[in-house]
Amino acid sequence: MTRAVTRTGRGSRGSTVSLALPWPVWVPAVVAFGLIAVPVAGLIVRTDWPNFAALVTTDAALDALWLSLKTGLTSTALCLVLGGPLALVLARSNIPGLPFLRSVVLLPLVLPPVVGGLTLLFLLGRTGPLGQLLNAWFGITVPFSTEAVVIAQTFVAMPFLVVSLEGALRTAGERYEVVAATLGASPLTALRRVTIPVVLPGLISGSVLAFARALGEFGATIAFAGNLQGTTQTLPLLIYIQSQNDLDGAVAMSLVLVVVAVLVIVATRTRDVSGVR
Amino acid sequence: MISARRLVLTALAAAVTLGVAACGSSGGEQQQAAPARTLTISAAASLTDVYNQLKPQFEQAHPGTTVRFNFGGSDTLAQQVVQGVPTDVLATASPKTMQTAQQAGRIEGQPVTYAANSLQIAVAPGNPKQIANLQSLVGPQVTEAICQPTVPCGQATQAAERAAGVTLDPVSQDPDVRTVLQRVTTRNVDAGIVYVTDVKATNGQVQGVDFPQASAQGAGQTYPIGVVAGSQNADLGQQWIQFITGPQGDAALTQAGFQLK
Repeated sequence: MTRAVTRTGRGSRGSTVSLALPWPVWVPAVVAFGLIAVPVAGLIVRTDWPNFAALVTTDAALDALWLSLKTGLTSTALCLVLGGPLALVLARSNIPGLPFLRSVVLLPLVLPPVVGGLTLLFLLGRTGPLGQLLNAWFGITVPFSTEAVVIAQTFVAMPFLVVSLEGALRTAGERYEVVAATLGASPLTALRRVTIPVVLPGLISGSVLAFARALGEFGATIAFAGNLQGTTQTLPLLIYIQSQNDLDGAVAMSLVLVVVAVLVIVATRTRDVSGVR
Repeated sequence: MISARRLVLTALAAAVTLGVAACGSSGGEQQQAAPARTLTISAAASLTDVYNQLKPQFEQAHPGTTVRFNFGGSDTLAQQVVQGVPTDVLATASPKTMQTAQQAGRIEGQPVTYAANSLQIAVAPGNPKQIANLQSLVGPQVTEAICQPTVPCGQATQAAERAAGVTLDPVSQDPDVRTVLQRVTTRNVDAGIVYVTDVKATNGQVQGVDFPQASAQGAGQTYPIGVVAGSQNADLGQQWIQFITGPQGDAALTQAGFQLK
């Protein structure tokens, strides 16, 4: 029941210190786990297994799965490329107003995703200030495109990467970079050869969180990108629409989403543990 | 035991109720007049305005009664009733969704059909793209949003398309009619196929264009209403149905753009 970690103490007598978890931790921990696991297990029970293969291989389902994977990966890459540097700025720079900037970055976590999608629409929609410019200069209309799906997903997923990475950067501290600098490394070399390897686990777990969030994204997508098979209908959108008249199909596809998410988490977890440190 | 469970479920249903300030009206002063009762009505989203407008009149005529609404897509509401969500009246936007609840044995007696609605093309005021009919929506020069084929307005749209012999090329197939409307009011599409009542509800933010196939077989919308089986407030539910089909209900429905049945 309890996990006892025994290690040699630093004390002069060489005594052992027991780091058992205090008992009040266990009950809420079990409740918390149950709250997440039991409904998902219910999904498995509720699945129409004899027709499962047919339900998840319809044209619409395959289109949606492919689109979800494609846009989810693209959004995660964008989160890395844009959010990584943002995390560095938040953790390592001393520009004024950092606490304010940090709270702005967290806003997509607080905003209902539909509102996030609407704000994107106000900015990039046909009558939005940026949308009008894009349309006039390049003839680009952003809403209702696959790009709009990626933008919506990146919007909601970004904080997950930034927060994880900023935490990792703060925990790691700057001492190795200081040493590298005294040995003559340029800031860019120190970033590439020291900082990134040190925070790699944080970078990976942040990316996984961002990918998972992008994969499950619904509200911002439907508000900003619409719903059209093959173009903007990701798996969560299809699941929502199916749930209104074909629950079996919705449940089966939800299970596919769960499996994809679990696969990604497990794959990165094992790399995390065996690869780094 | 049962009443405690019912209380919790009713509270849940209240939490689900969207944007309705039903809670505020259950003031203490009403409780002295008559035993306080709450009539819960699950109604199609397109009925939101009319039902909210009629609520105070009904409450006034039935002292001690609080009406609260659970507005949503007809499919969702029918599913909820089938799953046993505690509600007293079900008012959907299609016979098919009502049948779903009936076949599950969740509707008492025969539902009453009391209103109808027809499709219209919603466009920006002044109709800048000169949209005259369904045919003029086809092609890349005009972008349009329509309802997903699984919801009633999407099925009606498909019926109209068949009658006109055109296949639309929408940029979005939305899960409900109000989302389609929002895309037109925010000017992100040139046109949207919605109901006459939706166009009226925007108070001039969009203009409606009539088209002949709106009266085609299957393109219209009819509104059935029925009391949910096992309701503790079946009598009140019946009174709501009489009220909605009576003169006050008729006036509100007509004003909102519904046709009476």
